[in-house]
Amino acid sequence: MPSLPTASRAAAESDHARALSRVSLRHRLAERGLDRIIWLAVPGFLFVVALFIYPAIFGVVLSFQPNDDSGFFGNYIEFFTDAYLFDTIGNTFRIALPAALINVLASIPLALVMRGKVRGKRAINTILIIPISLGTVLVAEGLLTYLGPQGWFNRILMGIGLIQEPVRLTHNIWGVIISLIITGFPFAFLLTLSYISGINPKMEEAASTLGAGRWQQFYRVTLPLLAPGLAITFCLTFVLAFSVFPSAVMLGNPAGDSHVLSVAAAQTAFQKYDFPLASTISVITAVVELLVVALVLLWRSRLYRGSSAGGKG
Amino acid sequence: MTQLVVRERRAERQKGERRKSPFRWLVWVAAIFFFLNLFGVIASVLANSFATEWFDTWLPSGWTTKYYQTAWQDFQLADTLIVTMQVAVTVVVVSLIIGAPAAYVLARREFPGKKALMLSFLLPIMVPPITYGIPLATLLYKLHLGGTLNGVILANLVPAVPFVVLVMTPFIEQIDPKIEAAARMCGAKTWQIFTRILGPLVIPGLLAAALLVLVQTVALFELTFLTAGPGTQTLVVSLYYAVFASGIRPSQAISAMAVIYMLTTLVILVIALRYVSPTQMVTQIKDNSDD
Repeated sequence: MPSLPTASRAAAESDHARALSRVSLRHRLAERGLDRIIWLAVPGFLFVVALFIYPAIFGVVLSFQPNDDSGFFGNYIEFFTDAYLFDTIGNTFRIALPAALINVLASIPLALVMRGKVRGKRAINTILIIPISLGTVLVAEGLLTYLGPQGWFNRILMGIGLIQEPVRLTHNIWGVIISLIITGFPFAFLLTLSYISGINPKMEEAASTLGAGRWQQFYRVTLPLLAPGLAITFCLTFVLAFSVFPSAVMLGNPAGDSHVLSVAAAQTAFQKYDFPLASTISVITAVVELLVVALVLLWRSRLYRGSSAGGKG
Repeated sequence: MTQLVVRERRAERQKGERRKSPFRWLVWVAAIFFFLNLFGVIASVLANSFATEWFDTWLPSGWTTKYYQTAWQDFQLADTLIVTMQVAVTVVVVSLIIGAPAAYVLARREFPGKKALMLSFLLPIMVPPITYGIPLATLLYKLHLGGTLNGVILANLVPAVPFVVLVMTPFIEQIDPKIEAAARMCGAKTWQIFTRILGPLVIPGLLAAALLVLVQTVALFELTFLTAGPGTQTLVVSLYYAVFASGIRPSQAISAMAVIYMLTTLVILVIALRYVSPTQMVTQIKDNSDD
């Protein structure tokens, strides 16, 4: 009988101790920012794990399991030795790099002119949104007619006597690049405009007071302040251009010079039903693209990244 | 003193010059060239859709609307439009339900692993959709979801959820946390803070995110292309197939379908632009520019 109170007391004490430690654990976690609110992020995290990270890992694993018994690296060896497949890397760069560079470089002067108060700024921004929201498929469809040998573009050029014969702009690399400029330039411009609007014009005025010419103001003041933003703009436009797919098939020559990585991956998967090799091409695409992005971001991290808003001090 | 005045005058003169400099003219000419081409593209589709025949002339030889009827029947556009709307609306609702709470956590809390979480939301947007789309489609087909409406919705959610998180996080960050603290001081429970304090404050952000996701989902091609079956194609994908298999049907019918697609996007765009600014569509930052 006497053992009961002690036992219950011991139980109560251990309960108390457990409660204390639980409280203190919860408290300690809360101090590190882990409280009940964190549970709100769990659905989002699980979603990304289930539908992005898991498929990605599945794809990587699949890429090491060739359909034939060519071994662990079989698909990778096939990709790098088959010239038709290996050339897709070069083809993708030949399309994506010029398109991304033109988009970013062309958006700088327009953003310089359009910053501050310009009449009709909202109207211009609204028109620029149209090609972004129409999407690549529709732009490619329209360009097929517009740039074709009987299209208005060639007719006007012949009409003003600039060319004698229609220029071939469809079913080759040019059509694809033009379609990437039409959908990508507005995107790059609106991004650059938002970065350039964050630079205080007082900085250039200060440079001008110190005797800097207009070119010097741009080259020595505005450009260095804009460069980090330009790096991000380049990355995002490059990503868009690098994953070119519908316009490469519709406007380009998907068996020849616009046989890009994404076309090769889709063809391997849905025409040859070789999902392991298609996964291999996907993995290579992602790795190459992320490498370029990482290089640009590495370069960006060496740039000036302080305030560009100006002010005292 | 006089020197300063002279300098100021010079700066002013420079500003005035900048308004009419040849540089400005060149930029405007280039911009107009871009716009002309853009309108040329859209107008060619429009003209072709109403053409009886259009071969080697400036304009079609005659006008007709019969190809709209052909397109509507041949491409089963009524069904395609319904599927497109079903997919887009479901994606918007689900991505907000999953994404907004996660954005709240990222905006308000500092915790170990936050950077990794942020990266896991950034990657689906940075990586080309076709790269994760192929393994994802393979998985969905294994789960017998490939080709179904649910499969298409799941695939379209992959970029939508991270997008909502990235749009909503800065929006929630700019809401003063002191308001929540004050509500708690007044005795509000956590759920009361969410429904009665934060809820009304985040509605503009939710609306903006919803419209941006809607525009994106209607235009998103790759993932739907990889996962859709015969009855579950959205408008973009069936337009792609129509162009891809051109020759079977008159090009005017394809153009008519493209015009119907343009009109759909345009309606959504007009609604969207009432609530979000054009710059917001790409920069995900609230635009406070004064124009």
